[in-house]
Amino acid sequence: MATVTPVSSKVDLSTSSVRALNAELHEPAAEAYEVLHPQGAHAIAAGVHHPVTVDIRGHAGYYCAGMNDGGTITVHGSAGTGVAENMMSGTVRVHGDASQSAGATGHGGLLVVSGSASMRCGISMKGIDIVVGGDIGPMSAFMAQAGRLVVCGDAGDALGDSIYEARIYVRGKVNSLGADCVEKPMRAEHLSELAGLLGAAGLDHDPADFRRYGSARKLYHFAAHNSDSY
Amino acid sequence: MCGIVGLHLRDPELYPRLGSLLESMLCQMAGRGPDSAGVAVYGDHRRCPEGYAAVSALTEGSVEIPGALVTEAGDTTVIAAPMGVDDLVAAVRATGARVVGFGTDLTVYKGTGHPRELAATYDLANAQGWQGLAHTRMATESAVTPEGCHPFSVGPDQCLVHNGSFANHATIRRELRAEGVEFDSENDSEVGARFVAQRLAQGEDLAKALRALCERFDGFYTLLVTTGEGFAVVCDAIACKPAIIAETPRWVAMASEFRALADLPGIESADIYEPEPERVYAWQR
Repeated sequence: MATVTPVSSKVDLSTSSVRALNAELHEPAAEAYEVLHPQGAHAIAAGVHHPVTVDIRGHAGYYCAGMNDGGTITVHGSAGTGVAENMMSGTVRVHGDASQSAGATGHGGLLVVSGSASMRCGISMKGIDIVVGGDIGPMSAFMAQAGRLVVCGDAGDALGDSIYEARIYVRGKVNSLGADCVEKPMRAEHLSELAGLLGAAGLDHDPADFRRYGSARKLYHFAAHNSDSY
Repeated sequence: MCGIVGLHLRDPELYPRLGSLLESMLCQMAGRGPDSAGVAVYGDHRRCPEGYAAVSALTEGSVEIPGALVTEAGDTTVIAAPMGVDDLVAAVRATGARVVGFGTDLTVYKGTGHPRELAATYDLANAQGWQGLAHTRMATESAVTPEGCHPFSVGPDQCLVHNGSFANHATIRRELRAEGVEFDSENDSEVGARFVAQRLAQGEDLAKALRALCERFDGFYTLLVTTGEGFAVVCDAIACKPAIIAETPRWVAMASEFRALADLPGIESADIYEPEPERVYAWQR
């Protein structure tokens, strides 16, 4: 007799452990999961590597949806440090705010934060796309290597310090740019890719309202006239 | 890594629940600091009756002061007596005990061990009052001893708890010693507490004292500092250590992590935010 795959399953973290939840998500029997009473627990839905849908009804703690590879994970609340850290693919949405290091080191996929993200958003991002509806804190996109960071509000100090090849779009004001991060012209291809990112995030801002920032490429190439310093 | 929790109640109807709320918050932070845990309670008139002073002390033997209420809670002994604070501190010191907290509205508890067990030792669940804080410690800068346990309470009705490590504490300790300030431990956080206490004694308010601390101290810190008037939170310039603040009309709470706040009454409608680096957040009664 064929087993029937349940379409949806509920896990209540007031009676079940995060470990049990994650074990289920790593070998999912259902296509969609609803997580109740998260209460700020850490590592909720970390390591998902199947195309499941996970809806977390409340605030999540550290490393929520970390290492996501193909899941569609939504936090119906705010998320703690390192949401979607090292994401490979898939989509993570946070309806509230995100704490520090949102999307850190992410290789791919889309992270959408409807509220604001704290310091070090997109630190060392390696291909992830991050769209933040509000503001981002200081030192965001530090050593960002690839991917796109879209900020619909303002950016804090030292944006894009020591950036490599990621592209940053900011609609509001930038408190200060980090070392080797400069403003760059918005060409047609940038307006086009920004429109795509805003659309994917469900936001209807005009891409023309944004400015683009990226690497001046002066920091990571060796310059012969610096030889004396070594 | 250490854990900090603090609760400043605005609604007097919650005063009887201070201890039980604080215990629940503390236990959520046990994993951040399993070495030791300390607690400060403001406004519990059974522990420090009105018109009394209370001194918390670490002592080898029993402390006998005529007319005093003496309560032992693990490593800490609380002595409350109807006399002036300075007189009671002197009387307790004369017995050879080490004073770790004093005031007219404050009782402090310090000890080593698991936070959950220490909360029971301190009878935290039954504490009442208008303000409290607690700290779970994972020691980095000095030994795991009751003296090294937070809070550091070195001025009247004052407490400081710290997550992080000060880089230039030895220099500032030398400067303060040269000005006549005495220290009880080798702990870096005590230097921060002595610095703040000295500023408050000079007439500065808590917010100004903490801004001066940001100017003078290097290193990592999230601090929660309480006085007989209120409480304040500040983080270092790169917010290396976590902090989250929640406010409702009934209370203000601060913790290292949200999960410590998740069970507070009315949290679902609270204003929840992270403090910005080097900005002092202060509340008064």
